[in-house]
Amino acid sequence: MRFKLLIGALLAAAVVAGPSAAKTLRWASQGDILTFDPMSQNESLNNTFSDYIYEGLVRYNKQFVPEPALATSWTRVSPTVWRFSLRRNVKFHDGSSMNADDVVFSFQRVLAPSSNMKVYAQGIKETRKVDDYTVEIVTDGPNPVLLRGLVDVKVMSKAWATKHNVLNPQDYVKKEETHAARNANGTGQFMLKSFEADVRTVLVANPNWWDKAEGNVTEIVYRPIKQDSTRAAALLSNEIDLVLDPPTQDIPRLRQNSAIKIADGTETRIIFLGFDQWRDESPYTDVKGKNPFKDKRVRQALYQAIDIEAIRRATMRGLAVPTGSMIAPQVNGYFEEFAKRLPHDEAAAKRLLSEAGYPNGFSFTLDCPNNRYINDEEICIAITAMWAKVGLKAKLNAMPRATYFQKIQKFDTSVYLLGWATATFDGLYTLQSLIRSPAADGKGADGNFNLGKYSNAKADALIDQVKTEIDDAKRNQAMRDAQRIHAEDIGHIPLHQQVIPWAMRSNVSVFHRADNRLDGRWVRVD
Amino acid sequence: MLAFVLRRILQSGLVMVVVAFIAFGLFNFVGDPVAFMLGQDATQEERVRLRGELGLDQPFYVQFGRFVGNAVKGEFGVSLRQGRPVSTLLRERLPATIELSVAAALLALFIGIPLGVYTALRRQSWLSHMLLAASLVGVSLPTFLIGILLILVFAVYLGWLPSFGRGDVVALGWWTTGLLTQSGLKALILPAITLCLFQLTLIMRLVRAEMLEVLRTDYIKFGRARGLTDRAIHFGHALKNTLVPVITITGLQLGSIIAFAIITETVFQWPGMGLLFIQAVNFADIPVMAAYLCFIALVFVLINLVVDLLYYAVDPRLRIERSAAAH
Repeated sequence: MRFKLLIGALLAAAVVAGPSAAKTLRWASQGDILTFDPMSQNESLNNTFSDYIYEGLVRYNKQFVPEPALATSWTRVSPTVWRFSLRRNVKFHDGSSMNADDVVFSFQRVLAPSSNMKVYAQGIKETRKVDDYTVEIVTDGPNPVLLRGLVDVKVMSKAWATKHNVLNPQDYVKKEETHAARNANGTGQFMLKSFEADVRTVLVANPNWWDKAEGNVTEIVYRPIKQDSTRAAALLSNEIDLVLDPPTQDIPRLRQNSAIKIADGTETRIIFLGFDQWRDESPYTDVKGKNPFKDKRVRQALYQAIDIEAIRRATMRGLAVPTGSMIAPQVNGYFEEFAKRLPHDEAAAKRLLSEAGYPNGFSFTLDCPNNRYINDEEICIAITAMWAKVGLKAKLNAMPRATYFQKIQKFDTSVYLLGWATATFDGLYTLQSLIRSPAADGKGADGNFNLGKYSNAKADALIDQVKTEIDDAKRNQAMRDAQRIHAEDIGHIPLHQQVIPWAMRSNVSVFHRADNRLDGRWVRVD
Repeated sequence: MLAFVLRRILQSGLVMVVVAFIAFGLFNFVGDPVAFMLGQDATQEERVRLRGELGLDQPFYVQFGRFVGNAVKGEFGVSLRQGRPVSTLLRERLPATIELSVAAALLALFIGIPLGVYTALRRQSWLSHMLLAASLVGVSLPTFLIGILLILVFAVYLGWLPSFGRGDVVALGWWTTGLLTQSGLKALILPAITLCLFQLTLIMRLVRAEMLEVLRTDYIKFGRARGLTDRAIHFGHALKNTLVPVITITGLQLGSIIAFAIITETVFQWPGMGLLFIQAVNFADIPVMAAYLCFIALVFVLINLVVDLLYYAVDPRLRIERSAAAH
């Protein structure tokens, strides 16, 4: 009896202490990874894989607040100088040690002309080595969002990059493939084992990782599956454990299936409408001699004519959260007071149009993408029908994304639909790109997606203050005031936040990130 | 003979240039690859710079001239999406497409011909009627629907076969093959059936019609009068004479199988050239699209050339007419 107990105890100990069994996560989405160079493509799936393999000085926790990663601590030496202490004994996947030289090199690389990730390092003037495990980052001015950018500035090995001649990110002028595109050497949780374009990518856990994952995945197999129905079929037939982008129309059916679990979550992306507010006569309307969209009453009529509940229910099949805010709740700088929309009221819309001098409405063209956001074209169709009810005759011009963005980025539009996600989880990103007036020379991030050129000098001043204000309370107050001005002006019409459900086998659990990145740290396969 | 061949080759070259020109003309409408390459956050100055670096700011004829010049050297530039030479990409994808297409063509032949013979010989049997009715379905159902139905039945409900991908492949030099592994063979079944279905019904109906025609001819009647067995008449005489047009059509159809593999490859995530092309379209990856279209045109042109030459070799009348005209 005693002997049996002993055996039992030994067995139990062996189970607990023994090497954990290999746990593979097989997941799929529509597209494939374009490159493993972490500075070559700023695209959601690519960034997901950069997160697996590479690390920045800091990383996000579950609340999207930066926490120590390759840096263990940091202090602000002066308003424009930050000093970071680096983690010791961190090894790259090739076994070499990470130190300050690698960090300095990586910051030079991310700011190279051929880098696509410059946006995350903007405002950084210089990065210098203090000693082997200390670096200083010097910014142009006080930069309150520096840490959030650093999450996506990945640290690469200088020696490796030198050896393989990849000191700069992929350059399309050089007609050759770079070593870093299909090979990777980071410090992160996973190591690249194999990559076959459009077939599969295999990553294995890094045994020398400095951190312990909360999840238990030891291998990740990524399979791109372009066709919607095939992706869903692969999940149902258990060839795939998780699908990041299950087809919208299949979700109700997947929910019924007990072998499948759906993780619902909203994205930071807000879908909204914008208007030409700068020309004296807007090109795609039948109103001559004046621009109707400059009149706030017209913008309000357009707003109140929209029955957002109907769009949520019928067009989006419930996969949308209507909002009146241009900033999503997960983002720093969101205030609940703006989430409430102006009520849907056709009578009020008609009255406003009469007051503005358009009792019979007018015609214009609504520009809309048809393969960029969830049900984008269907949303536009629904909205044109709603506007028709109050006498506004909108002609829908739906285009694929490749031609759509080309057109609207030239400001060649009267009314357009756009979606905007906040990559940094800080409201400045949205305020600066969408609400700040474009810079006079058209350069920089100011108003670079304010395609109707909404402009309010007071809001501009507040947004400029947000860029450099170090005091969090004052900074948030400025973000709040800027949003209030914009909401009162009806600078844009916010519609909804997209809900992006992930579908997975019921034995998989994940943390649903609002930027649609499947984070390797928090995945469990049981 | 030489003059004929040269003329055909010259014509083929002309066809290729015209295809390249039309394809290139279309690319003006697929959109701006720069928008994808730089993402939403890029500034106007970055876009202008990249467009200049890629030569996209130059007029159409300059871009086209450069493209043709490089294409003649076998250089198609670098994929804007993947940053890899297009010729490498095409070479990597070629084996998958060829294996799928050949498997589909063989399936179509080896199932289509016997079925055609059967339906011709047993015209009144219920099985023939069923097969003909089924072949109508095969012709009229779109390929992607057939593919999805097969996936639903064999992958989701029965769980016998994989729903996507090519399984494990073995590399033989630069050629990769899925024919040597069990998972590769299993993965080939559904896509090959999907792709062959249209050709199969076509061949079946063709063989049936030709066979009925031949069976009415005099020499078959004489054969019967001589007391030959049914077997000798049907397979020794009738089928042999049926096959000439069938082989011609099948040869020509091989080109369209390769070209139409696009849809099947997309449905089954088959990593062939068609899938590469579809993704290139979504991304406005002009070098890949141009190279693919030129490649498909080349396949058609080559097959036509070979068929023409075969006719010339097989059919003595062509030669006689020509030499007569020369006198």
